[in-house]
Amino acid sequence: MLIIFYIASAVAIISTLLVITQHNLVHALLYLVVSFLAVAMVFYVLGAPFIAALEVIIYAGAIVVLMIFVIMMLNLRQESVEQEKKWLNAQIVVGPTILTIVLAGELLYMLSTETPISLTGEVIGAKAVGISLYGPYVIGVELSGILLMAGIVGAYHLGRQKKKVTHRFLEKQEE
Amino acid sequence: MNIIPAEYGLVLASVLFMLGLISLLIRRNIVFMLISVEIMLNAAGLAFIVAGSRWGQADGQVMFLFILTMAAAEVSVGLALILQIYHQLKTLNSDEASKMKG
Repeated sequence: MLIIFYIASAVAIISTLLVITQHNLVHALLYLVVSFLAVAMVFYVLGAPFIAALEVIIYAGAIVVLMIFVIMMLNLRQESVEQEKKWLNAQIVVGPTILTIVLAGELLYMLSTETPISLTGEVIGAKAVGISLYGPYVIGVELSGILLMAGIVGAYHLGRQKKKVTHRFLEKQEE
Repeated sequence: MNIIPAEYGLVLASVLFMLGLISLLIRRNIVFMLISVEIMLNAAGLAFIVAGSRWGQADGQVMFLFILTMAAAEVSVGLALILQIYHQLKTLNSDEASKMKG
């Protein structure tokens, strides 16, 4: 189990590094799928098979596919890759990276000073999650429904394009 | 053989979160910034799963489901905003969207 955990974590970290260093959006999204699949493997090893399945279906499936569709609609060309290379020069990268690594170093130091605890990898299946979800957390489920509804309405409203009506004499913008 | 130290899970979550944060800070392309936010949300969910596995309770997985819902709603609205910005400004540079600057 431990060796599977190590391999999956290494794959997750390497593919995330490749995501943040890519210049081409589609390549970055493909590496993002690999990263999500590796994290799903980690979930499985940690004893959460239901969440591992959801990670594959929703994160690696739905969300990334949505992003790829939007990139297709944007219709970017080769110039955007060149522009991305120009934007991502070394002097922009160094400052934020050093500051973030300092913060992460503090966090890792504090984690390393705790007394070690072992995870047994005991499986918590979909049944226990469902009982908990529709028992004490049912108000959270209802709030999630309202949030998704607001998301749908917001995305529809923002994504709607103004129709342009061309008349022989006058050209007007119709709402 | 089934023993995984809890710190390693938290270390993995913090490293993934750090990578997402670096990417959010260094990028100027809005789509890449949205991808970085997704990486960070996923890392936060991983920390919840590790905590749930530590206590043997289902609560961590329930929290991950809520994070998943939030990420789905956020990415749909964010992508609609990106389409609008691209139609109005003809670029994905986030520095261009500075009309509201005083």
